[in-house]
Amino acid sequence: MKTVMNGDFAASYGAMTSDVKFVAAYPITPQTLIVEKLSELVADGELDASFVKVESEHSAMAACIGAQAAGIRTFTATSSQGLLLMCEVLHWAARARLPIVLANVNRAIAPGWSIWADAQDSISQRDTGWMQVYAENNQDVYDSILMAYKIAEDNDVLLPMMVNLDAFFLSHTSEVVDLIDNDKAKEFLPAYDPEYKLDPNNPRAFGALTSPEHYFEFTYKMFEAMEVAKKKITQVGKEFGDIFGRYYDMTESYKIDDAETVLVTFGTIAGTAKESVDRLRKEGKKVGNLKIRVFRPFPTEQIIDALKNAKRVVVIDRDYSYGNEGAFYTEIKGALYDANLRIDTYGMIAGLGGRDVSTAVIKEIVEKAETSEPNKTYFIGVKR
Amino acid sequence: MNEKKELRLSIPKEEVLQPGHLACQGCGASLAMRYALKALGRDIIVDIPACCWAVIDGPFPYSATNIPIYHTAFETAAAVASGVSNGLKAIGNDHTTVMAWAGDGGTFDIGIQALSGAAERNDDIIYTVYDNEAYMNTGIQRSSATPHGAWTTTTPVKHYRKGWKKDLDSIMVAHGIPYLATASIAYPEDMIKKYLKAQKIKGTKFIHVYAPCPTGWKSDPAMTIHLAKMVVETNIFPLYEVENGKYKINIKPKNRKPLDEYLAMQGRFKHLPQEEIEYLQKTFDEKWEILLKKEEHFG
Repeated sequence: MKTVMNGDFAASYGAMTSDVKFVAAYPITPQTLIVEKLSELVADGELDASFVKVESEHSAMAACIGAQAAGIRTFTATSSQGLLLMCEVLHWAARARLPIVLANVNRAIAPGWSIWADAQDSISQRDTGWMQVYAENNQDVYDSILMAYKIAEDNDVLLPMMVNLDAFFLSHTSEVVDLIDNDKAKEFLPAYDPEYKLDPNNPRAFGALTSPEHYFEFTYKMFEAMEVAKKKITQVGKEFGDIFGRYYDMTESYKIDDAETVLVTFGTIAGTAKESVDRLRKEGKKVGNLKIRVFRPFPTEQIIDALKNAKRVVVIDRDYSYGNEGAFYTEIKGALYDANLRIDTYGMIAGLGGRDVSTAVIKEIVEKAETSEPNKTYFIGVKR
Repeated sequence: MNEKKELRLSIPKEEVLQPGHLACQGCGASLAMRYALKALGRDIIVDIPACCWAVIDGPFPYSATNIPIYHTAFETAAAVASGVSNGLKAIGNDHTTVMAWAGDGGTFDIGIQALSGAAERNDDIIYTVYDNEAYMNTGIQRSSATPHGAWTTTTPVKHYRKGWKKDLDSIMVAHGIPYLATASIAYPEDMIKKYLKAQKIKGTKFIHVYAPCPTGWKSDPAMTIHLAKMVVETNIFPLYEVENGKYKINIKPKNRKPLDEYLAMQGRFKHLPQEEIEYLQKTFDEKWEILLKKEEHFG
């Protein structure tokens, strides 16, 4: 059913279509619409779930950990400072191998207070063991949540997944979203029935003191699970497409076959980049775009494949790893190195704190790359 | 004879806690779990944050309790229990008891926010704090449950703990929860009765168990029960319940014992000058009077 809704509501409906039985959440701008809509859906009986209005994001994730460990499908949503407060328990959820799904509205980190789009929040949680998806539009938000459960709950994966959406550009912007019928969704995503859970009839202790004899292996198993997840994400994206007509993968290439300059983007900037590619091509520039949809696990193979013929790789980061460069930029270079590809790369930091990255800005970025020294980081549009 | 027989029957025979756990000699916290599980049985899920019990139950892949145990982050005991409880209810399980089991540091200090949240929402959990009056698992650092006068590694003798133990019980009563009880491992019948009662009540139940720690208190492991008895006989830790706001003191010592002997049995108090002992005595007596008044007015 096609309807018009903002990105926050798309996340709420994504959780509902996934038939979650438990939600624990704490309000933070611009995530609030997600919890408001979910409260409404639960109150109206449209979503048959328990909604615990916890006193903090830390407790939101802790409560999800408890419920999920007891064998119940859970959902939570947060943003920015809230995600940072969760940090400890994000690690906990991942190491406990709980397939929790979280919608994070990408928002800048204070101080100064900023409620606007910036990926510093989720990038700083990169190493928590969560899979990370960056949505380009509201349909992507909705679909990604449904797929996230399917991927996360796979017995060979069992890792939590974070679906990220840009503050305001998605969270508060209305777009057409095609909602999936509940019965059809259930065929795609069956009821949650984990092999290991808290069960008085089959008592186990989870997460006990672990000596150097075993700890290492638990981490190794997460490495294996992440490797499986790479294949699973592609596979589930195809399966989803075969059923619902919308195909997804870890990356998405746009006009890269003959491109000399390939932009590498994520989130809403990817949408603008595609529009920019079209405009720049009209000016005779051979430009393409590689969207990184999934950042963890990192799609090294797909990236190598997509960038191998490029003359220039221009990575746009809406984040900055203090003391180094954009996080995506570092990782893209790592992938190229793996394949012995020595291509000129450009790290472009843009759009921090919600500053708009328009087609004009992307044009500026391409021109900057064409005229600047490669293998360096540039802050685009910075006022000095 | 009859009375004796009845007492014996009031303690369930089944041992849920098994031998082979990792508690120190004379550990009050291990006895606390033993009695709690005797009362609550096996249809239960327990979550344990960082505390002595994170170790006592045994390292991976062992567990001494043979019930579902979930180890959680330090400040999350109540929130995780809320999640388990509400989650189970969402799928129609109304019978399994959900208990958070935390030390005083995880309860009085770092976990109080999550505990307050769970209590305010009146989530259907039993929250036990086994109180050994300091961070014992990390090596005897002071918590806000450490009593005035006590030595710990962060309140060394020259700088012993000054300031009163946080009155967490009153804070919990102020949340309007349906049931709060204090218990001591020296009174197993009383303790088990309280757990059985808590199990039947819906909502947040808070049980504050006094659990001596010979390692941290520098006391003789053989004297753990004796200390847990004396703390009640001296009115330092009165046994009482608050059910729907109504106070009931379970044991009123006929002749309150002076606290000198209790203090003398513990190395953590041996530096205390006489005037501090007098101050402690006076304050504990005042607190007892307040409790009597609460029972009188809200009984």
